[in-house]
Amino acid sequence: MKKIFLILIISAIAILSAVVWLKDKSVTTPHLAKLKEKYSKEYKVASDHSQYPALQKNFGTPQEVTETCLTCHNQRHIEVMNSSHWNWERPGYIQGKGIVYLGKKNAVNNYCIGVEGSEQSCAKCHIGFGMTDELFSFTDAKNIDCMVCHDNSGTYTKGSELAGYPTPALNLNEIAQHIGRPSRENCGVCHFFGGGGNNVKHGDLEKSMFAPTTEIDIHMGIDGPNLVCVDCHLTENHQMLGKVYSLASMNMDRSECEQCHTSNPHPKEILNEHTLKVACQTCHIPIYAKENATKMMWDWSTAGKLKDGQPYVEHDSLGNDTYMSIKGSFKWEKNVVPDYIWFNGTADHYLLGDKIADSTQPLVLNQLNGSYKDSRSKIIPVKIHTGKQIFDPVNEILIQPKLFAKVRGEGAFWKDFDWNRAAEIGMKDAGLPYSGKYDFIETKMYWPVNHQVSKKSEALACIDCHTRDNSRLAGLDDFYMPGRDYNPLVDNLGLILIVLTFIGVVSHGGVRIYYAQKIKKGEK
Amino acid sequence: MRKVYIYKGFERFWHWTQSFLIIFLGVTGFEIHGSFSFFGYENAVNYHSIAAILFIILIIFAIFWHFTTGEWKQYIPTFENIKGQLNYYVFGIFKNAPHPTKKTVLSKLNPLQRLTYFGLKILVIPVMVLSGLLYMFYRYPQKYNMSALNIDGLETIAVFHTAGAFLLVAFLVAHLYLITTGNKPTTNLKAMITGFEDLEEEEVKIEKEEPIKIEEEKLPGTVN
Repeated sequence: MKKIFLILIISAIAILSAVVWLKDKSVTTPHLAKLKEKYSKEYKVASDHSQYPALQKNFGTPQEVTETCLTCHNQRHIEVMNSSHWNWERPGYIQGKGIVYLGKKNAVNNYCIGVEGSEQSCAKCHIGFGMTDELFSFTDAKNIDCMVCHDNSGTYTKGSELAGYPTPALNLNEIAQHIGRPSRENCGVCHFFGGGGNNVKHGDLEKSMFAPTTEIDIHMGIDGPNLVCVDCHLTENHQMLGKVYSLASMNMDRSECEQCHTSNPHPKEILNEHTLKVACQTCHIPIYAKENATKMMWDWSTAGKLKDGQPYVEHDSLGNDTYMSIKGSFKWEKNVVPDYIWFNGTADHYLLGDKIADSTQPLVLNQLNGSYKDSRSKIIPVKIHTGKQIFDPVNEILIQPKLFAKVRGEGAFWKDFDWNRAAEIGMKDAGLPYSGKYDFIETKMYWPVNHQVSKKSEALACIDCHTRDNSRLAGLDDFYMPGRDYNPLVDNLGLILIVLTFIGVVSHGGVRIYYAQKIKKGEK
Repeated sequence: MRKVYIYKGFERFWHWTQSFLIIFLGVTGFEIHGSFSFFGYENAVNYHSIAAILFIILIIFAIFWHFTTGEWKQYIPTFENIKGQLNYYVFGIFKNAPHPTKKTVLSKLNPLQRLTYFGLKILVIPVMVLSGLLYMFYRYPQKYNMSALNIDGLETIAVFHTAGAFLLVAFLVAHLYLITTGNKPTTNLKAMITGFEDLEEEEVKIEKEEPIKIEEEKLPGTVN
């Protein structure tokens, strides 16, 4: 007896100590320590531009600044003019479509739909001057806007509806003399406000990230590593890593966590194994739109209502627009739990003029490809933005309406509120047919969530996905996941077997007791 | 009736460790399955893996023991007297009829036990170990770029592993009950704890011809 207890106790202790020993110890790896050291060094501008004689003269136009830049940096314009920031398109190979030059020129989104016909306004976020229409020359180097990305004085701003020109009365000398590496401000003025307002498009890129805390983004946090955009979006010859799949289609030039972290960064091997199928972002960005809400739904079909003949705007309690006469109705959400999809880095896109296969189903404008069976696919978090936008039910194509004009009477929807006219002019500008009939179709866009990485203590736990109820991956049903999935036949048969065994045992025991007592009585 | 040393030290160690591990694996396993939560999912996975490794080590020792001692012969299934044994459980047991199969050191198991344990050893446990190992390591081919060995998914593995688990739970329920069907309700339990059991005289005589250890003298007093 004693021996057995001793053995049992010893084995119990062995199991317990094994558990304790194998349990994760929170450690700062040497790798992480090196990273911390690297990024704690302060960035210093390599040269003081305020001392260059060429920058002392008075600049009348922004083009003069660019021309002056190019006197020293005399090859850089070639690189810039080879970039998607300049061309607003990039070449890509799309399965079934071949090589496609994809960009703002020909892609359609479910925010402001497209730039076509509205360049005057949209070019505020083009790195050039004077893009008033689609005839803009993409080969004139003096129209490159160097300052919008490289101004470190913090004073440069592009004007509204000025076709990409800066606001007048800027001190261009001051700006030219304070040139440097792009800061968060340089990138953020465009990328935080895409879609016509703060955090409208991405959900994970917004104005709080000009100076975020580590609560919002562990890497960019000013109380932490304080990284800027270009620390991850590494750039060589003005070609940047990382692109957003609303306008990208190929698995290349992506900005990845592995640039700094290894592919096996976890002390727990079981987590490293997850990285075969799960992207870092999936666990490490548990929520997005942490500080300000992001637009989740945009319904154009309600646009055009007027009060006393005037367009109006309605807000919710947080100050987000819920209705605008020029744009329609919106839904906003804050602290959003992402959706999850399989993604192999390639995407297909609806291009202006493409036939809609089935107008009764929501039309996906950028299909992100991937599946469990595809070994290159990983689960990534996405924001799904749904829209309801104008299309031609006869020709079965999406309509690019003319939205923007400076004055009434040109047929722009934002001035005249006439869908039919805006559709007619917009489609004519785009060189596409318009039947004269329009309707609204539901559309969907997928926005991979890559920013607002949380502290590791806030990363997803096993149970967030491995659970039968409310699994984060409930929507991904093309594979078996422990904890979430079970085979109903096996489970039901198994349960029946156990219950039957139990009933059998209890009744057999009952009968035995009954007879035992009977025999006892008989003996008496 | 004489006290016979029927379950050896290792056998009892094996039995009790195995029972502890199987119950522990069952609890953690069904938590991983999503049936309930107790330890927390992450802990359940870790504990299950550790217990699984310990169980495999135990199995290796047990196999070695079975073959070196020849005890494996105890589990060769026989259909002899199987009807009598069934009759006993269905009728005889209620009327205090004697056990139809005589328990001896060389033949500890009745035909039904032989059949059940043989099934466990040859089918259920191997399926559990194999599917369990695959469960743990099915990602390795992809991890090391051996695409020819890629396992597409977990579903088949999981189905076998869960089916086996349900069988083991059912076995456990029946096993716990059948413990009470010895000469007295506690006879079998005591035997598996102490190693000694009162066996009928005639068999002991037979055993005596064999070089089998009879421990009566060594034990002070009775076990009770």
